[in-house]
Amino acid sequence: MTETLVVERLQTHFFTKAGVVKAVDDVSFSVGRGKVLGLVGESGSGKSVTGFSILGLVDPPGRVVSGAIRFKGENLVGRSEDDWRRLRGARIAMIFQDPMMTLNPVLRIDTQMIEAVQAHEPVSKDVARQRARDALGQVGIPSPDERLRSYPHQFSGGMRQRVAIAIALLHKPDLIVADEPTTALDVTIQGQILAEVQTLARTTGTSLIWITHDLSVVAGLADDICVMYAGKVVEQGTVDAVLDHPLHPYTNGLLGSVPSRNKRGQPLQQIPGMTPSVLKLPPGCAFQARCARVSAACAEPIAMQEFRPEQFARCIHPHRDEVPA
Amino acid sequence: MTVYLIRRLMQAMLVLAVMSVLVFLGVFAIGDPIEILIAADATQREKEEARIALGLDRPLIEQYWVFVQNALQGDLGRSFVFNMSALQVILQRFPATFELAMVAMLWTVLFGIPLGLWAGLKPDSFSGKSIMAGSILGFSLPSFWVGLMLIMTFAVVLGWLPSTGRAEPETHFGITSSLWTAKGWSHVMLPSINLALGQIALVIRLTRAGVREAMLMDYVKFARAKGLSQRRVIGVHVMKNIMIPIVTVLGLELGSLIAFAVVTESIFAWPGMGKLIIDSINLLDRPIVVAYLLMTVFLVIFINFAVDVLYSVLDPRVRLKDAGA
Repeated sequence: MTETLVVERLQTHFFTKAGVVKAVDDVSFSVGRGKVLGLVGESGSGKSVTGFSILGLVDPPGRVVSGAIRFKGENLVGRSEDDWRRLRGARIAMIFQDPMMTLNPVLRIDTQMIEAVQAHEPVSKDVARQRARDALGQVGIPSPDERLRSYPHQFSGGMRQRVAIAIALLHKPDLIVADEPTTALDVTIQGQILAEVQTLARTTGTSLIWITHDLSVVAGLADDICVMYAGKVVEQGTVDAVLDHPLHPYTNGLLGSVPSRNKRGQPLQQIPGMTPSVLKLPPGCAFQARCARVSAACAEPIAMQEFRPEQFARCIHPHRDEVPA
Repeated sequence: MTVYLIRRLMQAMLVLAVMSVLVFLGVFAIGDPIEILIAADATQREKEEARIALGLDRPLIEQYWVFVQNALQGDLGRSFVFNMSALQVILQRFPATFELAMVAMLWTVLFGIPLGLWAGLKPDSFSGKSIMAGSILGFSLPSFWVGLMLIMTFAVVLGWLPSTGRAEPETHFGITSSLWTAKGWSHVMLPSINLALGQIALVIRLTRAGVREAMLMDYVKFARAKGLSQRRVIGVHVMKNIMIPIVTVLGLELGSLIAFAVVTESIFAWPGMGKLIIDSINLLDRPIVVAYLLMTVFLVIFINFAVDVLYSVLDPRVRLKDAGA
């Protein structure tokens, strides 16, 4: 099966006055047709910047420095802005984190949907409106005709995110990058949206990159998982392998921090220390300052290594043959 | 909406009432107009007769009461100097000032918004920084000095434009204006530029700040992720959002341009209200001063109200409720 997207050794850096921030540093992964990749990490790990890089939406002072983004076999890095524009929204769509902020507050829903249709297809306004209405119906918005004439503030958060998803689906893209789309929603809505997105991905063959910090979301949704820490992928593999038998101490720590896995009455487990400043990362493992298994060798650059079939980690002291904490 | 209108109307009436008392007291404190109006060699008896004729012999309270009674019937008093209805004298001068203010407004919108947009989109470029440096000059140079420099440059040295006065107005399509002729435009050019410079600087800064803020918003990124052209993202998504504060300021500024074009009108001998009020204060022509100030207050209140209504057109989240003030 051909892969929808292959990211190879991607580096996205931000050139600030304080120094170069390596927000994405040597990240590689691939997503197959109809597959869901979970991109997991805490705030500042570079997962959102990875997502923006795939859409060519990294704003100055940041830019993709090296690496390749192969979309259906074609490398997108270095393409003109116009090429990117033709791709965005049509073949690769994106859903953002905060549905309160992504829709323009002063434009009606129909304006925002019709322009999205017309940006890629030379159709009349009526046809575009029809398409918009169908898309709203598809994501479960009742009386779409009426809702088209509403403004974003007349929708609830969950409804707005459905509208954003409907916009992403307008052109039946091959890939959707979803940047924590359910984080701002309450749990019941979160569940509904996850289920709907999963069904849509399956029926249309759309691939998904689901960016999140919530491991429980990934567990139920993704096929593969990529764990990022300080701009680097520290562990990747199938969702079952990584969640059941994590190799990297960071993944292990993340899993240990999920409250439901702790015993009642016990203090919650946490990873000690804080995320290192992205401006002065150590040359070796970025996690070494917080890791219980650290040794002198961790200060040297560490390569990605396959420890089990299709499970990789960037670590020299992995948790092998151990039950996660 | 109706409740809102009534409330606004009552507020306006209150402001007008308070203003009339203040203005009346203030004008009374300036001095005795008889000393200026009557020839210096007039006898005491002649002075007394003039005082009685003008109603100046009565106590202040009584004078005010007479004024209010007349004002409610639309009569703001008779000018001591012109021996005409004060309102009529002012309204004769109003078109000239209005014309000047509108042309200045035109320059403000035509130059302020595009320059501000450019400076906001390219804040680090040389052109962007030059625009901002220029706007500081627009702000800080005193308008009388700029006026004199304009006359020096364009009227005296280059001889391109007339330095003073207004061309003879013509009437077409029921509108009387000096702007129907090229000569009219040549006369209005210098004073309107003089009047507009400060406003342009203000609008540049306002637009730039708005653009820079809006460009960071998620809805801009989402609009780009839909594959919209840069032109549409800025022209529709950004502009519609930043127009809200700009319209407010333009509205308020239009009020002050009409009311306080005093300096510019004096320099360029523009036969408008500003020049009239200066002359009237010098001659202690009380009815004109009072009528002018009240009309100014009325104008500002009216423009504010118009801006509020415009708000609800621009921003769908604003509804004119009776809670609004």
